[in-house]
Amino acid sequence: MSKTLLRNDWVVMALFTAAVLSMPLWLAPIGAGYPDLLQKFAIFGLFAIGYNILFGLTGYLSFGHAVFLGVGSYTAVWSFKLLTMNVLPAVLFSVLMGGLFAVIIGYLSLRRSGIYFSILTLAFAQMSYNMAYSVLTPITNGETGLQLAKSDPRVIDALFIEAGEGLPSTDLFGMQMSGYPGFYFCAVLLIIGFFISLRIFRSPFGLKLLAIKSNQTRMLYTGFNTRPYLLTAFVISGMYAGLAGALMAVTDPLAGAERMQWTASGEVVLMTILGGVGTLIGPLLGVGVIKYFENIFSALNVDTLHQIFSFLPDWLENVVVWISSHFVGEGWHLTLGLLFMVIVIFLPGGLMEGFQRIGSALRNLFKRSEAVAAQPSEKE
Amino acid sequence: MDAIFIQILNGLDKGGAYALIALGLTLVFGTLGVVNFAHGALFMLGAFCAVTTQKLLTISKHVQDTSITFFDAYKDQPYLEIWWGDFGRTIIDWSVPLSILLTIPAMLLIGLSMERGLIRHFYKRSHAEQILMTFGLAIVLQEIIRSIFGANPIPTPAPDIIAGSAPIGALFGLDEALVYPWWRLIYLLFSIITVSGVFAFLQLTTFGMVVRAGMHDRETVGLLGINVERRFTVVFGLAAVVTGLAGAMYAPILSPDYHMGMDFLVLSFIVVVVGGMGSLRGAVAAGFLLGLLQSFASMNEVKTIIPGIDQIIIYLVAVVIILVRPRGLMGRKGVMED
Amino acid sequence: MSDKKVSELSRRGFIKVGAGALAAASMPMFFIKDAWVAKDFRNNPKGAASVKFGFNVPQTGAYADEGADELRAYKLAVKHINGDGDGGMMNTMKPLSLKGNGILGKKLEYVTGDTQTKSDAARGSAKRMIEKDGVLMVTGGSSSGVAIAVQGLCQEMGIIFMAGLTHSNDTTGKDKRRYGFRHFFNAYMSGAALGPVLKKEMGTNRKAYHLTADYTWGWTQEESIKNTTEALGWTTVETVRTPVGAGDFSQYITPVLNSGADVLILNHYGKDMINSLTQAIQFGLKDKMVDGIQFEIVVPLFSRLMAQGAGDAIKGILGTTNWNWSLQDEGSKAFVKSFGQEYGFPPSMAAHTCYVQALLYADACERAGSFYPPEVIKQLEDYDFDGMGNGPTLYRGADHQCFKDVLVVRGNANPSSQFDLLKVEQVVPSAQVTYDPKIFGGELGPYEV
Repeated sequence: MSKTLLRNDWVVMALFTAAVLSMPLWLAPIGAGYPDLLQKFAIFGLFAIGYNILFGLTGYLSFGHAVFLGVGSYTAVWSFKLLTMNVLPAVLFSVLMGGLFAVIIGYLSLRRSGIYFSILTLAFAQMSYNMAYSVLTPITNGETGLQLAKSDPRVIDALFIEAGEGLPSTDLFGMQMSGYPGFYFCAVLLIIGFFISLRIFRSPFGLKLLAIKSNQTRMLYTGFNTRPYLLTAFVISGMYAGLAGALMAVTDPLAGAERMQWTASGEVVLMTILGGVGTLIGPLLGVGVIKYFENIFSALNVDTLHQIFSFLPDWLENVVVWISSHFVGEGWHLTLGLLFMVIVIFLPGGLMEGFQRIGSALRNLFKRSEAVAAQPSEKE
Repeated sequence: MDAIFIQILNGLDKGGAYALIALGLTLVFGTLGVVNFAHGALFMLGAFCAVTTQKLLTISKHVQDTSITFFDAYKDQPYLEIWWGDFGRTIIDWSVPLSILLTIPAMLLIGLSMERGLIRHFYKRSHAEQILMTFGLAIVLQEIIRSIFGANPIPTPAPDIIAGSAPIGALFGLDEALVYPWWRLIYLLFSIITVSGVFAFLQLTTFGMVVRAGMHDRETVGLLGINVERRFTVVFGLAAVVTGLAGAMYAPILSPDYHMGMDFLVLSFIVVVVGGMGSLRGAVAAGFLLGLLQSFASMNEVKTIIPGIDQIIIYLVAVVIILVRPRGLMGRKGVMED
Repeated sequence: MSDKKVSELSRRGFIKVGAGALAAASMPMFFIKDAWVAKDFRNNPKGAASVKFGFNVPQTGAYADEGADELRAYKLAVKHINGDGDGGMMNTMKPLSLKGNGILGKKLEYVTGDTQTKSDAARGSAKRMIEKDGVLMVTGGSSSGVAIAVQGLCQEMGIIFMAGLTHSNDTTGKDKRRYGFRHFFNAYMSGAALGPVLKKEMGTNRKAYHLTADYTWGWTQEESIKNTTEALGWTTVETVRTPVGAGDFSQYITPVLNSGADVLILNHYGKDMINSLTQAIQFGLKDKMVDGIQFEIVVPLFSRLMAQGAGDAIKGILGTTNWNWSLQDEGSKAFVKSFGQEYGFPPSMAAHTCYVQALLYADACERAGSFYPPEVIKQLEDYDFDGMGNGPTLYRGADHQCFKDVLVVRGNANPSSQFDLLKVEQVVPSAQVTYDPKIFGGELGPYEV
């Protein structure tokens, strides 16, 4: 595929849409084609795309973005509890709530830059997490996490539907939001989110953010007030996180405080860097790798390894299983850590750089063979 | 009054630990400019130096418990005890203080090889890449320790003679019930000595002078024909040793487990940044400040007025200080501000 | 998915459905009868030669060692159910329907997953097991937050959850579910069992000071112990909440020194308990005298792994456990034997409860003659059994909580081996710890989902 074609947004969008919607098919062979993991790819994909709008464009490294994720989840579950099991109001309120929190935290944190900014966001997030875990339990249900209950009022639903015997499930006008329908709902929002991010990257606004990243001082000297732009980027990325949090509650109506812990904020930072900061697709690749390890590698055990390597001769099988068993199951953290190091050492730009290198190598190869093919004709 | 006195002591004790941990980080982070997420792992490795010393000293003879037949149950009888009797027992008892002898060379080696092998290639790389690399490294170190020692905390008690408490209430003419563990007092003293030692080293020696000059302006110092890179290697080694010692000496207070580094990582970054980037003094001051405030916030009297304040005090103080003072307590201009 | 709803009934769809109904009506009678008896349900094994359990345990994080021990016990249970090894508790369980040929003639297999002791990760892992691996039952876990989260999920999905280590009253109280079962004891039972022993050891005129982990499990335990001790005539001087993972507890321990209290109750578990206990003893609380009375420390929930982490600090401290390997009944002996021979060390109480849960579920399927969850649930509800290491036990139907003897234990002052850390002080009979299910509220929910 030629490069010029990829510059066309509509081609990119068409390819992206096709790839996302067909995920259940092409991820099945590697064991990732089941609803929960697909939902996670889409949800954390949105989270990372939004984070990349802040970090990738402005260079401001927020270490507390998980707080918006958590706020989004809590808002969504409360919307299910108080209003209706329909997911649209939940999604709407969560995005607004994520935005609201982002305005407050962003307004304060953006008064500083560099590491001071990072620590401010981290401190806000950790405060929220600790409060949600303990003293705010009446709102958050603490460690257990906020859950639905049969006795919830659900005022809008109560007007239209008779309450069933068990707990109701989330729905979109009668379509249940668990399993594959849930994935497709998330996937559609991911595609929309990706499109918005694409437009932002290619817009004058996006260019201004990039200019801030490359030299903020110069921008300030030219009399350009950077802060409104930074705050806008911060709030947009907070809204993405709020949306992602809402979708977590949509596909699984439970909201826990640990979603706001610094490790959760750190995870999205790692996903973005791993995939490639400031690239459009990179963060999604980072999400894919980390979530795949968390869900699939951690589930391999000695028995499954024996099945995988059963084609080898017995003695070799045992050796291979013995070695690899240290890197799967309870060792999946080790593999992930090694992967981080290997990627950053050999591919400074993250996974995206890897793909670019492969791409240009192929292109060179292609050109050379073309040249070779062309030579004899010259001789004649 | 008594309660306040003892909380001051608690605060100083905590502050000593925070200052020590932050000192190592600020050397690497504020001065070499590396966002070192493996710093917590260095603290953890230090604590496991104490564990290793203890395990080495208590290599034991198998004395089978014959009443149990389904599995191998035994009662430890360390060889040191068999060979040297009471003297051997004393050596085992003093394993944590003795572990300093192992911690210093081990951590120096770890620090130097880390800097030579990995960190030095990342001085000019972006902070994002530094984070990914050091975080990966932290996980790997952590998992290696887990595969050797397991995930459960390992008890590493202080020597028997100082395992108990000093009757400070009686000493200072306060409530007799007030006591304070000897080991915590020793830790406070130890942290003050170590911090002063590092300061003296950087202030009084020529080596320290070059390092400080290099922190300000690496290029100019390099132009003067001085090998700054090599000195930075030594600084990293020094940071590893200080952090490791902080961990090893902390082992009797907090039973070491493989995950303890991550628990201290966030805290150490906050202390350093509150103190101000590039300022050793700031880090130490912030350590003691946060330690003291945390102790006071945990008092029941305070908690009844503001519930949960002890959970967030550190973060709250960090926010207030950074918002009021743009570069923390004593930060230098232009360090990690972009 | 079996419960897929027809969201819109287009004309074409209506014709299809109508045709289907006609076809169904014209089917021979026995087909329909069959379909009615063996109603379809999620992950129905139908003709498959094997069935799968999902073992969802913490493999990383603070409880990784406990999780590893749970996994060992599960693997052993699978072996025994399939008729391999020495059979373990299959030899002592009464009544027993399992035949040592798997479950209902199907070989038992398993999949594993990592809960990371986080609700989200645990639910993600459980969903993977249910959606991708097609497990019949999910079991495991090492904290109440995770147990409640996974239990809620399993109710929605219609898969039975056999809880591992979870001690909060809420698991079978306020948050109980029809599809969730707990064999482990709870905070209320710890309190009820400790009461008489505390009275005997420390009298009725004590002043207690609580340090409590600031989350739901800590609160339920604090409440339970407080109620018990106040009923004895004790006064509660102060209850102080400490942040989870505080590490250094000195700022919470020093106020105890001159508070006038003469008992310290540590409502902590895992790492928090190890650190707070060790540090409390460094502050001299074990040797302290208050107005001529010996100061005491009580840790209501104990485990051998925690005792290992606390080292000498645990010696002489009172607490309760669900089970200990030193018990001498036939069931415990059989289990310790096969576990010890397989792995070279004795099982922890987490391992025991998990092993028993796996066996109980398998046996219930065998009795029900089906894997259909509502039938299996009915077999487990109000089921009496024995020979599983805790004496005669009842799986109460009203809240899915097991009622059995509770062990009051004390840290062993002079252990005879590296595993001999807890001494069983008293076996409190189940009648003494039984309570009315109504006191905690909650609702089990429907059988059919």
